[in-house]
Amino acid sequence: MSRKIYIRLATDRVNTSVAIEGLRAYPSIYTPGQIITNQNEFMRGHGTYEDNGLLKASVAGVQEKVNNLISVRPLKSRYNGEVGDVVVGRITEVQQKRWKVNTNSRLDSILPLSSVNLPGGELRRRSVEDEHMMRNYLQEGDLISAEVKNVYSDGSLSLHTRSLKYGKLGQGIMVKVFPSLIKRSKTHFHNLPIGISLILGTNGFIWICPIINNTEESVGGFVQNLEEVVPEITRATMSRTRNCILALAQSKMMLFDTSILFAYEESKSITYQNY
Amino acid sequence: MSRNRELISNIGLRLDGRRALELRRIRCKLGLFSEPDGSAYIEQGLTKVLAAVYGPHQVRGNRSKAQHDCAIVNCQFSMAVFSTGERKRRPRGDRKSTEMSIHLHQALIAAIKVELYPWSQIDVYVEVLHADGGIYPACVNAATLALIDAGIPLKEYLCACTASLASNDIPMIDISHQEEIMGGPTLTVAALPMSGKVVLLEMSQRFHVDHLPKVLDKALKGCIDIKNILDEAVKNNVREIGSSTGWASST
Repeated sequence: MSRKIYIRLATDRVNTSVAIEGLRAYPSIYTPGQIITNQNEFMRGHGTYEDNGLLKASVAGVQEKVNNLISVRPLKSRYNGEVGDVVVGRITEVQQKRWKVNTNSRLDSILPLSSVNLPGGELRRRSVEDEHMMRNYLQEGDLISAEVKNVYSDGSLSLHTRSLKYGKLGQGIMVKVFPSLIKRSKTHFHNLPIGISLILGTNGFIWICPIINNTEESVGGFVQNLEEVVPEITRATMSRTRNCILALAQSKMMLFDTSILFAYEESKSITYQNY
Repeated sequence: MSRNRELISNIGLRLDGRRALELRRIRCKLGLFSEPDGSAYIEQGLTKVLAAVYGPHQVRGNRSKAQHDCAIVNCQFSMAVFSTGERKRRPRGDRKSTEMSIHLHQALIAAIKVELYPWSQIDVYVEVLHADGGIYPACVNAATLALIDAGIPLKEYLCACTASLASNDIPMIDISHQEEIMGGPTLTVAALPMSGKVVLLEMSQRFHVDHLPKVLDKALKGCIDIKNILDEAVKNNVREIGSSTGWASST
């Protein structure tokens, strides 16, 4: 094992971003402390603050204006949840009547026991036994997919999994990218024709797994079949997809089903070796 | 005093060929790593520093430290064992590193708008890869860039610069290691250059108080110069990310 290792300084790194060169029409960019306007008829939104009657930016990004509301949006930040977003998260804590979930947000999100579908149907009553059984449903370290139900004033999120789409995640790969790279679209659950399923969590957590058959899962997604053997070909496809996603994220391309599929098709020309 | 005179030659050049009020070359890069929320690298002359920012995130470890009205800022300064002439024994945790961490924390909380993130924590990790004078300013500047990269709201840029006094009357800025060991007082200033507020002021030796205003003035000028360089780098970085993501407007 004597391989040459090259260590480069950050300034000598190859720039992998694929910025479109010909395009020169940049929107104006604001940096912290820069004055946006001195007129006080505007309302200050996120990323701005008022100082001596001047509206100043507090983050580096582009301006967004809605009527009188001016905000500056950073191009990269922690996940800012919105109601209805599909997220992938990891359970960090089991508490009385609720789970704490890490969703890459500013604060840990909450998944109340009352907003999950327990086995046994929609109208099941939640008893004290259920509270004691909470760790049997979801325990620390488990991955779940969920939807944002509510955003509290301090910025923490409340989640729900009251649909057959959501629930505990079984066998698969999780990839973490910056939340700003996920394109918001109508659906974040994709069954790709290459034989895998993708959950593009808007919080930057992406779940890659073998095709899910929704008809089988009628209990509400707390079953985790770890005995099932995923065929090698599927696993190879999953790993390749993971690498494609990481490559796209490295060059700061937006991630959505088409871009991932295109990257996958493109990567097929590169063969891999079995070690 | 005879040694001090050598700091600047008769024709006004310093040991490394700079003029008295000239900065060393600054090269920087934002968004190096994918794991932290923000990261930056800065080179000031031969001094090289890496910074990484995690957060704002849920307070980990001691839960009672969480504040209901502001975020807590956690700074860690470390020097790589190979960063100095002699190999260092401990990269962090010694007296000097702890002091540096405290000074960094003091400067950063003045710039970060902590009141926006109740119950949260922001971690700033700074690592010196090559120490060649002006370690603290380089760390402050790197941390500022990393915070901006992480999208954390700042009041404005936080910049730091060193200044010294040569031949007892010529102020000079951005002191290198060579000049540091030759003697002469070193004044370290961390400031918010746009509003001209001084956040941290530290002096290694004494000079007459009459000289302080002019040395401080030149150090603040240095901070403004550094701010302009950083601003350019930040704008380039935003432009680059924006053009590859297609300015991803959600609205």
